[in-house]
Amino acid sequence: MELKFRRHPDYQALRAEMTPHDIYIRRRELLAAAGFAGSAAMLGGLPAFAQTPSAQVAAGAAVAAKKSAYTIADQQAAEQDFNEFCNFYEFGLNKDDPARHAGKMDVSNWKIKVEGETDAPGTYDLRDLIDYSQLEERVYRHRCVERWSMVVPWIGVPLGPVLAKLKPKAGAKYAQFLTHLDRSAMVGLAYGGLDWPYSEALHLNEAKNDLAFLAVGAYGKGLKQQNGAPIRTVVPWKYGYKGAKSIDTIRFTTMQPPTAWTVANPREYGFYSNVNPKRSHPRWSQEQERVLGVGGFNPQRKTEMFNGYEAQVGYLYKDIDLIKYH
Amino acid sequence: MAGNAALRTFAKHWMKPLTLIALAAPFLFLAWQWLQVLTGINPRAMGTDFVTYTHHFLGDTAIRVLLVTLAVSPVRDITGWGPIALIRRRIGLAAFFYAALHMIAYLWLDRGWDLGLLWEDMVVRTYIMLGMASLVLMVPLALTSNNSSIRKLGRQTWDRIHWLIFPLAILAVAHNLLMVKIIYGDPLIHAIILALLLGWRVARWSIGKLRPAAAA
Repeated sequence: MELKFRRHPDYQALRAEMTPHDIYIRRRELLAAAGFAGSAAMLGGLPAFAQTPSAQVAAGAAVAAKKSAYTIADQQAAEQDFNEFCNFYEFGLNKDDPARHAGKMDVSNWKIKVEGETDAPGTYDLRDLIDYSQLEERVYRHRCVERWSMVVPWIGVPLGPVLAKLKPKAGAKYAQFLTHLDRSAMVGLAYGGLDWPYSEALHLNEAKNDLAFLAVGAYGKGLKQQNGAPIRTVVPWKYGYKGAKSIDTIRFTTMQPPTAWTVANPREYGFYSNVNPKRSHPRWSQEQERVLGVGGFNPQRKTEMFNGYEAQVGYLYKDIDLIKYH
Repeated sequence: MAGNAALRTFAKHWMKPLTLIALAAPFLFLAWQWLQVLTGINPRAMGTDFVTYTHHFLGDTAIRVLLVTLAVSPVRDITGWGPIALIRRRIGLAAFFYAALHMIAYLWLDRGWDLGLLWEDMVVRTYIMLGMASLVLMVPLALTSNNSSIRKLGRQTWDRIHWLIFPLAILAVAHNLLMVKIIYGDPLIHAIILALLLGWRVARWSIGKLRPAAAA
């Protein structure tokens, strides 16, 4: 019922123009004006929802976004492949596990904790962070460290301005992103291997780059849980695991924070984890990748430095030995 | 025992053909999946990444069939049912067949027959070297898995050559364990089964050394 309500076109249209505070204060009035005859009764039956209006796009619900210049022309991966071939170890090690198990994770009424070296610590509703009327679609190549890639039309907002809104202190150098930890839904936690909650981080200079993206949707719809609903980072010049899914904490730090895969195996996974065909993974070459989701024989393509985004991000690493600091 | 006649009939007429069908089944299953993808009946028969799917399916099958080969002697010794040893060679041959297909799938689908890439993989990456070594050690075993070889070489020499199955099984399972990001699930189960099969032999051997009469 709640989902049906959120998907209603009148509500969608209204929502685009409202600030979160307005929704909160005038919710009944606005809903009545939108033509919800039984809205009072409906809200009465959903007290939690009425009191803490959820700001996000529901998983799988249609979402509008304007096209962005950051659009590569290559054939996009089929939406089904995007949704059924996922790495989200909290839900299992196999690629199809997240699609089967992640739906149990409740992503409504999402809040993000902001802490550490910031002048604006606190708990934020997604609408406090994201202007849902300004969403854009960016078609990025997603390059997994496992030597495959998919071209994905993400929907979201640039990461930099959102972090700026959260007022990192002058000494803050890194932004750390922690994935939500839901012990009852995350059936994969038992496998161990990584420290939970999943942690990823970027240097603030990296996070400020225009390519760094906060995604709330893909393929014209709200993200599904297996792909990190309701909000995740997408860092297209780095290997896929640098994107933190289902973010529930953003922490600003002065020191480089521990990140999940680097802690698990520092020889194989460095902090930067920039896509780099010259820096082989110890167990496989990174010079090529299989293009997934385009049908046929999983065509191979040559992997590009910084996943093809060298012009945009090369300056960040100008004086750094990227083989040593991989 | 009443079951003996039936068992004898089974061993004589059914055991070998049924084994062959069971050993061919994974290959036929994979071929059916490929057919569905190639003809477009079901393009998703192997999921999103069918190169990896094919490659891993063949590798997993090779290791499992190899473990079944190693289980034949313990089953014979525990149950006392001798005829089961008659299918040991063909199970071992099937393990080689799947391992060779696994290697071909890797070279063709994954490396595109690029031998330079293959050489780099071999030299730089331990788990690939272990897998290759295992496959190379399987070759003399596969070539001599026939009656005339036993006759020509003599039982003792033949046994000595086929003792290689122990190191090559260890190499294969190590290859399997080292390739995953997190050691869990199938590779770990394969390693545990191998440890049990080898452990059983070591235990029997040491008991036999202590009490030779009892082991006979």
